Amino acid sequence: MIGAGSPFLERHRLRPIEAAWWLVALAFFFVFPEYLAVATSVLVMALFALSLDLLLGFAGVVSLGHAVSYGIGAYVCALINLAGWHEALTGALLGGAASGLFALAVGPLILRLTGLPFIMVTLGIGAIVYEAANKAVWLTGGDNGLPGVTLAPLFGVFRWSVFGQTGYLYVLGWLLVLFYLCRRIVASPFGMALQGVRENPQRMRLLGAPVLRHLVTGYAMASAMAGIAGALSAQTNAFVGLEVLSLNTSIDGLVMLVLGGVGRLYGGLVGAPLYMFVQHFAQQWNPYYWMFLIGGLLIVIVRLSRGGLLGLVDDLLRRVRRGEGT
Amino acid sequence: MSVPALEATGLQKSFGALKVTDDVALRLEAGSRTALIGPNGAGKTTLVGLLSGTIRPDAGQISLHGRDVTRDALAFRVKQGLVRTFQVSSLFTKLTVLENIFLAISENAGASHDLWRPAGRRRNLIERAEGILERLHLIDTRHRRVSEIPYGEQRLLEIAIALALEPKVLLLDEPAAGIPTDEVGVLLDAVASLPPDIAILMIEHDMHVVRRFATEVYVLVHGRVLTVGPPAEVMTSPEVRAVYLGSSGQSRFAGEAHGA
Repeated sequence: MIGAGSPFLERHRLRPIEAAWWLVALAFFFVFPEYLAVATSVLVMALFALSLDLLLGFAGVVSLGHAVSYGIGAYVCALINLAGWHEALTGALLGGAASGLFALAVGPLILRLTGLPFIMVTLGIGAIVYEAANKAVWLTGGDNGLPGVTLAPLFGVFRWSVFGQTGYLYVLGWLLVLFYLCRRIVASPFGMALQGVRENPQRMRLLGAPVLRHLVTGYAMASAMAGIAGALSAQTNAFVGLEVLSLNTSIDGLVMLVLGGVGRLYGGLVGAPLYMFVQHFAQQWNPYYWMFLIGGLLIVIVRLSRGGLLGLVDDLLRRVRRGEGT
Repeated sequence: MSVPALEATGLQKSFGALKVTDDVALRLEAGSRTALIGPNGAGKTTLVGLLSGTIRPDAGQISLHGRDVTRDALAFRVKQGLVRTFQVSSLFTKLTVLENIFLAISENAGASHDLWRPAGRRRNLIERAEGILERLHLIDTRHRRVSEIPYGEQRLLEIAIALALEPKVLLLDEPAAGIPTDEVGVLLDAVASLPPDIAILMIEHDMHVVRRFATEVYVLVHGRVLTVGPPAEVMTSPEVRAVYLGSSGQSRFAGEAHGA
């Protein structure tokens, strides 16, 4: 994996094992056609968690307001759609661009902060944007949200079926492209500099590095990706509601990422399905106390391994190999 | 007179009631090899902090090649060629030796804005990094994490990073501290092999090193410059000897009896 342990200078090499995740995602399309709608929302959350990993795992920025980026992308995409622009790809891109611009505007102000003050400011911004969206009924529909997002056939050919086949492959395609982009970024000299900032920002300044600029660039890219995730949720649900901006969305993304493993890019891709799968069955078990199970799972995984589920697998493999050696 | 590489005038810094830097003036010509000595607590490290920008002065002016940089950010000074090292190593401990130096090379080459081409395929940058590691005898440890290598090697890496930044003015804060005696030569050779037009200021306690390296010595006592002069002159000055109280202090100047 691209774990915290693997050397920077090797990170650009694709490993055969990486194909496994994508093959499983593709196989799902054929094996479980009846679950494609819910699986699509899993992919959207995986993309959201991936964008958070770029921010948290590689730039070392802990944000509790990442839902703002997600929500802005979702609302902008929906509004453009309702205004009459029905093409899907450009709609999602515009949603992402809006979130990227948002990050470029606030990033230079807030990324001077670190630690607890930064976390609190992201929490505050999240609360303000949520309430603003709640108030601005004329724009966002308030509590009722924005229903009625309709898409033109993809590439002018593929219709958006009720069973979600097109939607699933459309989101999987976005995920693949953006994941590849992330892989390039974290292996690039910029990605290395970002990780240098995470490890020791003052030392980076003493190498002549523009630390704030690096952080703003990283934040803008993570925000744009979260915006695209939000836009994809608006498009595939044909609806945007206030919950896209809620603290719960930020926390969900964070929990998924931590469950899967921070700083390895695949963490979100593994954590999102795990979280939503457990959530699904826990809710069937008990619709009131299901968070018990999620909470318990989180505690167990974090206790067992600092690198989430993927870190746990790494640890086990290492132990097995060491066992063979002796 | 030519424009000095680095010039400071009227530098003041107090921590609370303690004046750590008191009206210090310092001038490094291009190509100067200057040592900064003084007893513990004289304010040597603070002075290097003020010059490099890690500490803000209360008063005074610092100019780099004739340009006032007193208010300029750290990173800007580094880009202008002002580079420092730390007495206690400040490195990226979770990264490998090669990655540490790559970060410096990449920043120096302006490659750090490249989001696309993999760092691992930037052969020219990696070769430059390896060249510097070779010079400091670190090439065999290049794939080990900094936290796993001996402290002496971390000290050499600190110097290697400074060299990778292609300084015009280099401030070395006790570079030899913590380096095993037989490796100090590696360090001094690396410093000696730097282009002659670089101005170097070195805080150093070992008078053998000072004598071998420096053409000019600043003596700092209680935050003030006590005297400036060529090494031989400074070391024989009764005034300077007086500030190094005690037999251990005196023995620094005892000359050849003291092994390097």
